[in-house]
Amino acid sequence: MSSRDVAPSSPGAPAPGDEGATSSRGRRVLRRLEPALAISPFLVYSFLGLGIPTLAVVYYAFHGETGGWSTANIAIVWHGDQGIFRTGFENSIKLGLLSSIIPGILGVFIAYAIQTSKSPFLQRLTSTASGVLANFGGINLTFMFIATLGSTGILTAWLHAIGINLASIGFNLFTFSGVAVVYMYFQLPLMVLVITPALGGLRASWREAAENLGASSWSYWRHVGIPVLMPSILGGMLLLFGSAFAAYATAESLTLGLIALSPIQIGNFLNGNVIAGETHVGYAIAFGMLVILVVTMTLYSLVRKRASRWLR
Amino acid sequence: MAPLSSGSVFDVAQAEDEAVQPYSSGRPRRRVRWWRGVVLLLAGAYFLIPLYAGLKFSLQGVSGGFSFLAFQKLPSAPGFSAALTLSLKLAVATMVVSTLLMVPTAIYVHVRLPRLRRMMDVVTILPIVIPPIVLIVGVLGVFPEWAKASPYLLSFMYVILAMPFVYRSLDAGLGAIDLKTLTEASRSLGGNWLKTIWRVVLPNIRPALLSATVLTLALVFGEYTMASLDLWTTIPVWITQFQVSSDGHIQVAASMLGLVGTWILLVLVVSLDRSQSRRSRRRQGVS
Repeated sequence: MSSRDVAPSSPGAPAPGDEGATSSRGRRVLRRLEPALAISPFLVYSFLGLGIPTLAVVYYAFHGETGGWSTANIAIVWHGDQGIFRTGFENSIKLGLLSSIIPGILGVFIAYAIQTSKSPFLQRLTSTASGVLANFGGINLTFMFIATLGSTGILTAWLHAIGINLASIGFNLFTFSGVAVVYMYFQLPLMVLVITPALGGLRASWREAAENLGASSWSYWRHVGIPVLMPSILGGMLLLFGSAFAAYATAESLTLGLIALSPIQIGNFLNGNVIAGETHVGYAIAFGMLVILVVTMTLYSLVRKRASRWLR
Repeated sequence: MAPLSSGSVFDVAQAEDEAVQPYSSGRPRRRVRWWRGVVLLLAGAYFLIPLYAGLKFSLQGVSGGFSFLAFQKLPSAPGFSAALTLSLKLAVATMVVSTLLMVPTAIYVHVRLPRLRRMMDVVTILPIVIPPIVLIVGVLGVFPEWAKASPYLLSFMYVILAMPFVYRSLDAGLGAIDLKTLTEASRSLGGNWLKTIWRVVLPNIRPALLSATVLTLALVFGEYTMASLDLWTTIPVWITQFQVSSDGHIQVAASMLGLVGTWILLVLVVSLDRSQSRRSRRRQGVS
């Protein structure tokens, strides 16, 4: 931290008693180096906390336990152990798609409903609540849903009273369907947060122009609204996919680590539930997740660039 | 909702709209009122029912009546105070390191290196792209034993996890003030850089600092993935593991307390933020 504090004080006003050719050259060098010095604590910290762990995952994914280059770990993930790791990836991707497409679409409707309500109170409430809920998850969320949709939950009881038995229609809070419903609780607010600025970019004059040309509400949305919003909606969904695909705490606490999802499987590896000779498979799963997430987020940033065209 | 959707009301509303302001702009037509009601009702139900269920469960006594007993028993529950102490220590360490690291960097980039802002955006978004579960695998794989033996390894990583929120908050705060004029004015009045940052810049970005701090606090008190895999019993880990005397009510009470506490803090920050920005805007208007 100290270099950070000292560096900015060197340029500009010369310090008193700081004269002579040598020290002025020293100052010039210092000034040249100042940006690097000033930004280096941040870069070093990021490298230690982000770069090294990521590189470690990639390195170990391709190295066997005895050292040396190897693709054995990747091979085990791909078709070893009766395919449980591959199933994990398939389930995670399915869960990611399910809890990005559905909340993605519903989120647009909610955001639009709130935006057109023209109620400042409602809008403020939504933006605050979305910010809080989008970062919500883990054990708190699990408990709330057990109290709601568990076997003695209040919604289960209400639905039972009107003749709907959740268990008999194949819903179980502690399996895939339950996880998907619970994930919506933070996915929907995330979508509302992401899509609201884009909705603000839909100008009233476009709608009026369309109406003056005789467009119905449907054809306005078909030819103007949806095409303009599409990049933002897709971008939001990609973000949601990444968030659901990578989530660990909620699925772990809800299913007690018994669901076959990639993040849970990594956790099991770290907790020591490892078959001898496969201790590095956890890194290979993490590497696989990393690849999928980097692709997702690259697509996101591309789509986002396209979307920003319509935003003022 | 049904009457609003019927044809006549809808036509009248629209006709009124057009009669008053034939070429109005920015005012939406009233035709979509009914579905808006349905959507908001359903969304409200989806978000409020679990909240209600959780609160109800935590306030339920053994006999089924209303009671605060679960909350009263919480402080003396085994392991609770140790977990709370650990979480508090980690929170303080994380907030201090995060502030010392991010505030000078963000200010410097804004004043001196605006062309690096894109790079900063990319680096600070990485903790969202690379999930905590992947990071902690790597950390536990390569970090030296002495680092892994200390709970502050978690604080080290929480600074990383908080980066996206902290940097974005500071970036927005710094973008909202005329930083260049302020720093130049302070420098020309003879203030050195340290003084400029301390007496001029920081007071002007107080709301951003505050919201960054609170977001960090919320993060530390909610983080489960890294803490549980690094085998430290922080509050979320304690809540998950606590099953003594199978008193689930205490568990849920702790969980709801955390939720409501975070909620209040964040709402406070948002409203503080708003009043602050309104005040600064007014001041700018006068001068």
